[in-house]
Amino acid sequence: MLEIKNLHVDLEEEDKTILKGVNLTVEAGKVHAIMGPNGSGKSTLSYVLSGRDGYTVTEGSATLEGEDILEMEPEERAAAGLFLAFQYPVEIPGVGNMTFLRTAMNAQRKARGEDEISAADFLKLVREKAKTLKIDADMLKRPVNVGFSGGEKKRNEILQMAMLEPKMCILDETDSGLDVDAMKLVSEGVNALRDAGRGFLVITHYQRLLDHIKPDVVHIMFDGRIIKTGGPELALEVEKNGYADILSEVA
Amino acid sequence: MMAAPQAKMTANQERLAALSLPEGGTWAMAARGAALDRLRAMGLPERRDEYWKFTRPDSLVQAEAPKAALFDTGGEAEMFGGVDRLRIVFVDGVFDAEASDDLALEGVRIERLAEAGQSDIHWAKDTYGVLEERGQTPVARPLAALNTALATDGVLIHVTAAASKPINLIYIHKSDTSDAVLHHIVKLDADTEATILENGPAAARFNKVMEVEVGDGATFHHVRTQGRDHERRAATHIFARLGTKSAFKSFTMTANGVMTRNECVIELTGDDATAHVAGAAMGDGDFHHDDTVFITHDAERCESRQVFKKVLRNGATGVFQGKILVKAGAQKTDGYQISQALLLEDDSQFLAKPELEIYADDVACSHGSTTGAIDEDALYYLRARGVPKAIATDLLTLAFLAEAVEEISDEALRGEINSRLEGWLERRRG
Repeated sequence: MLEIKNLHVDLEEEDKTILKGVNLTVEAGKVHAIMGPNGSGKSTLSYVLSGRDGYTVTEGSATLEGEDILEMEPEERAAAGLFLAFQYPVEIPGVGNMTFLRTAMNAQRKARGEDEISAADFLKLVREKAKTLKIDADMLKRPVNVGFSGGEKKRNEILQMAMLEPKMCILDETDSGLDVDAMKLVSEGVNALRDAGRGFLVITHYQRLLDHIKPDVVHIMFDGRIIKTGGPELALEVEKNGYADILSEVA
Repeated sequence: MMAAPQAKMTANQERLAALSLPEGGTWAMAARGAALDRLRAMGLPERRDEYWKFTRPDSLVQAEAPKAALFDTGGEAEMFGGVDRLRIVFVDGVFDAEASDDLALEGVRIERLAEAGQSDIHWAKDTYGVLEERGQTPVARPLAALNTALATDGVLIHVTAAASKPINLIYIHKSDTSDAVLHHIVKLDADTEATILENGPAAARFNKVMEVEVGDGATFHHVRTQGRDHERRAATHIFARLGTKSAFKSFTMTANGVMTRNECVIELTGDDATAHVAGAAMGDGDFHHDDTVFITHDAERCESRQVFKKVLRNGATGVFQGKILVKAGAQKTDGYQISQALLLEDDSQFLAKPELEIYADDVACSHGSTTGAIDEDALYYLRARGVPKAIATDLLTLAFLAEAVEEISDEALRGEINSRLEGWLERRRG
């Protein structure tokens, strides 16, 4: 599904290298987790994959189902099936949540040469998905993420994911700022989307999210590289001993 | 003794000396004469005038109107076409009876200034030029006095009950040299309500005054569009006086235009009155758009709101001069003012002069002014969800204008405005 090879990335403004050769393959139907200390490059990886400005790829490649995504505009990557659940969802005053969702859905459909969703079908679908995430009608009507609590913002991200049905989902610290109940709700939303045809890359600091979203593979990232890969037990090891052991072991 | 050499007259002085008044009945002649005296005393606006610091008055005051090419809208649907309304049409500033509906509307009496001005007595004599004159202090507005002196056409609207539908003043621009002057009066009796719609480029140069007397408990709605002939020039004034518990709501959308100066002068004279003035303006290149607002609070517990947004592209210029004056005794005043510009290209500019002058000690007034570009984070977020850059930019631009558009109470009218704003942006998509 997602194949990242020897990816090197510089931060444009500071002339600083953040990613120093990332290799990672996420297969369809699998959940991969990336853990790592602050500043290891986890979020940069998610931004580079989704097409945010400010980064320069100096070496390596990233493909989605064999297609080079690094050459695509962010909207083309989305239409190709890539979705990033933001660590900090952006507030957009003046744009209604529903308008936003419908515009996004139809833009993706159009880009793929599909018919637009009818207003009635859209409404039915959004109500159904919102209900399972406990998103009420008021939240749907309000401007995108404006005045939402941390938990509401993250639920709103998962709602977008559920509506857009991407092939490859990247979750960037979706657990940050969530209380126990919200984490459960968000995890259930993600688990409901687990599917043989869909890949997940879950970026997190903590093991606790992985109690709810059970990963197949866990990677440890440090200083712009993946330094260790293992099964779910690797996350438990980090939770227990921190990163120090792994770092010394690799060094 | 030798006579002092005659000083050479400036172009403005020459124009003032050469002005002659149109004929009319006794009340109209008196009002015109008084306006001309006022005008001669204050002089036409000059570049060095503080109130014209950001907008060059030359093209608005020179004797001949600069030529303005007509704009082909390509058979676009008529503005406000989806709204049941009474249409009153002016072509290059002259009433067109054939193109207009009958001037009959339940709850309203509508007359032409051209006819009423010929009579010797008329209710309009207590309003015509009266609110304009009140608005001349503390800041002179010579183009409005010029209008009162020269106008021969316009409508006098007397609202005696709730108007059964909106009145739409439609200004058609047909000649590329037309120089139009229109003066309207709207008088709302106590506890009445009316909506006035205005649209169209009007003329190569357009000078318009609307005086609005809002009686106690009455509500006045005003929605205006100024588009889209780019070369046209307009100087407009609204003078409004608000009675107790009355409400005044005015919204203007401007698309294109090398010169637009919209002045709005409002006096809150009765307690618990409300005045909202809003504008959404969009322009490219040599677009120049000036909103100048002066709101005087002279009663207790009144609320005023000014919301002005401008989208400026490719070197366009936006101006905002907005003042809230709270007189002594106008306690519990609630005044709000915001002016914002979205610069879609770096070489556009926004010049803002917000002012508060407060002589009462128990008031809440706030003002803000910002100039900025499209929010890059919001743009990325929309694109990351699959919305193409051009559409995302438009969506964020409309969101920027939304606070102003939301000042329109009527949903159908708001829809008409939104669809025009979308159309303007769509045509410019890269």
